[in-house]
Amino acid sequence: MMEWVNVILQGVLVGGLYAMFAAGLSLIFGVMRLVNIAHGDLIVLAAYLALVVTETLGVGPLTSLIVVVPLMALIGYGLQWFVLNRTLGDDLLPPLLVTFGLSVIIQNGLLALFTADSVKLQAGDIEIATIRLFSGVYVGVLPLLQFVVAVAVIATLQFVFYRTALGRAFRATADNPAVAQLVGLDNRHVFALAMAASLAVVAIAGVFLAVRANFDPSQGPARLIYGFEAVIIGGLGSLWGTLAGGLILGVAQAIGAHLDPGWQILAGHIAFLVILAVRPEGLFPKVRT
Amino acid sequence: MSVRVAFASRSSRVGMVLCAVGLVALATAPFWGGRDDLFLLSQVYAYVGLASLWNLLAGYAGLVSVGQQAYVGLGAYLLFAFAILAGMSPLWAIPLAGIIAAAVAIPVAVLVFRLRGHYFAIGTWIVAEVFRLLASQLSVLGGGSGTSLPAAVIIGIAPSRQMRDFLVYWIALALVVAILALIVLLLRSRYGLALKAIRDSELAATCNGIDVLRTKFFVYIVTALGTAMLGALIFLQKLRISPDAAFSVNDWTAFVIFITVIGGIGRIEGPIVGTIVFFLLRQTLADLGTLYLLMLGVVAILVMLAAPKGIWGLIVERFGWQVFPLERKVVLDEPSATRE
Repeated sequence: MMEWVNVILQGVLVGGLYAMFAAGLSLIFGVMRLVNIAHGDLIVLAAYLALVVTETLGVGPLTSLIVVVPLMALIGYGLQWFVLNRTLGDDLLPPLLVTFGLSVIIQNGLLALFTADSVKLQAGDIEIATIRLFSGVYVGVLPLLQFVVAVAVIATLQFVFYRTALGRAFRATADNPAVAQLVGLDNRHVFALAMAASLAVVAIAGVFLAVRANFDPSQGPARLIYGFEAVIIGGLGSLWGTLAGGLILGVAQAIGAHLDPGWQILAGHIAFLVILAVRPEGLFPKVRT
Repeated sequence: MSVRVAFASRSSRVGMVLCAVGLVALATAPFWGGRDDLFLLSQVYAYVGLASLWNLLAGYAGLVSVGQQAYVGLGAYLLFAFAILAGMSPLWAIPLAGIIAAAVAIPVAVLVFRLRGHYFAIGTWIVAEVFRLLASQLSVLGGGSGTSLPAAVIIGIAPSRQMRDFLVYWIALALVVAILALIVLLLRSRYGLALKAIRDSELAATCNGIDVLRTKFFVYIVTALGTAMLGALIFLQKLRISPDAAFSVNDWTAFVIFITVIGGIGRIEGPIVGTIVFFLLRQTLADLGTLYLLMLGVVAILVMLAAPKGIWGLIVERFGWQVFPLERKVVLDEPSATRE
C-alpha cells in the first residue's frame, strides 16, 4: 500500500515539471496559434546554458536562474521578432517547418558543442535531503521544490494573463489580431513578449530538468512530447488544466515504470491516447474559438 | 464544337520523353555501374519515394505529419517479422507489409485526425514514438538492440550476391516509379482535383461539395501504404534493424521534410529536385557529420522564409516548365473553319 502511495506521489511531483513544459507551449499557442516544435530543444538549450553559467560563475543551479531566465527570455524575443513573426499567417506550413528546422538546428548545434555525453547539474546537499511525511512515505526536498515552483509559475501566468495590462494585450491579440492592431497594439511586439514569457518558463523547467537527471542534446523531442501531452490531457487553453494534465502524465508514467521499467514512457503515451480517444477536448477545456 | 481538358503541355511532353530516356538509363544501371553506384541510387530512390509521399500528404492534403517514420519503421519491422518468424520470402513481404501498414493506419488516422493543424503534427510524432517503444519490447526481434536478417533468408532472395544486388535495385526503382505514377494518376483523377482545391483553400473546397475529411483520410492511408513498402525495402537493403534506426525522426522525417521544402513543396517535381540537391550536397559535405544536418536545417528555414515554393517553384515562375502532364487546360475543338 505504502509502496503505491510513494509511486503516485513521485508521479505527481514529476508531473509538476511536465506542467512547466506544457505551460510555455500552451501560452504561445493561446496567443498566436503557434505550436513550437523546437520547444523541447529550447528546454535542453536552457539546461546547457545553466551548465555553462554554473561552471563559469561557480554558482549553484538555482542561483543560475538569475542569469538563465532573462537570457532565454531575450532569445525568445529575438527568435519571435526576427524569425517566427515572418512565418505567421493563414498557412500552417511555414511556422511548423521553421520551428521543426530550429529543433534540428538546436539539437545538432548542442551536439557539436557539448558532444552526446550526458551531463547533470550538481545542486549539492539539497539533492538528497528528504522530508518524512508519515511512516514509510518520504518526499525529496528538490522534487517538492520543483512542484511548488511549477504551481507558482502557473499561478503567475494565470495572474499575468487575466489581471494585467500585458495579459489584456495577449488576450486581445489572440482574439482578433487586426482589431488589436487598430486599438494601438503592435502585434509583432506582443507576440515577441509572449515568446519571451514562454522561454522564461522554459528556462525554469530546463534548470530543474538538469538538476533532476542526466541530460544530453537528443532529449528535446521527448520533452516537447510530454509538454504537448499534458496540454491535450488538460484541455486546450486552460493553464490550470495543463497542471492537471502534467500530473496525470507524471502519475501514469510512475505507475508504468513501477510495473515494468520498459513501460514508463509508453504508459504516459497510452494515457494520452486514451484521453484523445474518449475525451478529445481534454479534461478541462477552455477553448476560445 | 467540343470541349475537352488537356493535361499535357509542350514542356511536359519534353519532360516525359526525358523521363523515359532517364528511366532506361537507370534500369540498365546494373550493367554500367558498380556496387556502390547501385547502393547510392537505391538510396536516392528511397528518398524520392518518401519525399513524394510526404509531399502528397503535406503539400496537397495539408496534413503536416512529422511522424511518417512510424510507417517506415512499421514496414521494416513487418518485413523482418515475416522473413524471420514466418519464413516468408522478403520480396513477398514488401507488398504485404504495405497492406498491413495501411490497415494499421486506419485506426491511427481516426485518432490523430482529432487533432487539428499544428497539433496533428505532434500527434503523429507521438504515434511514431509509441510504435518505436512497442518495437523495443519485441524480444523475438531483438528488443531494444534489434536484429539482423539470417543468412538463410538472404540467400533465399537470390543465390549470388550480385544477383541479389541487382534484384533489390530493380525493386527499388520499380517501387519509386510506381509511387510516382500513382501520384500522377491520383492528381489527374477527380481526387486530384479535390486535393488541389483543398491545397488552395479548404473552405472553398468544402463549399464546392468536396468531402475534405474523407479525401484527407484516403491520402493518409495511401501514404502509409507506400511509406511502409519503402521502409521494408530500405531495411531489406540494410539487412539489420533496430528500433532507433527504423523509427528515426532525423532519417525518415527531418531529411524528407528538408528535401521537399528545398525542392518545392506542393509540386510533384519538388521532391525529385530536392533529393538530387540533397545527395549532391551530401556527397560533397559528408565529412561535416552533425553540422551537415544543421546546415540543411538552416537552408530549409531560409528557403521557407525567402522562397516558400522551393527551387522548382522558382523554375516554374521563371520558365513555366512542368515535367509531368498535370496541368489542366480547357481546349475548344472547333469543327471546321477556325475563328480568329
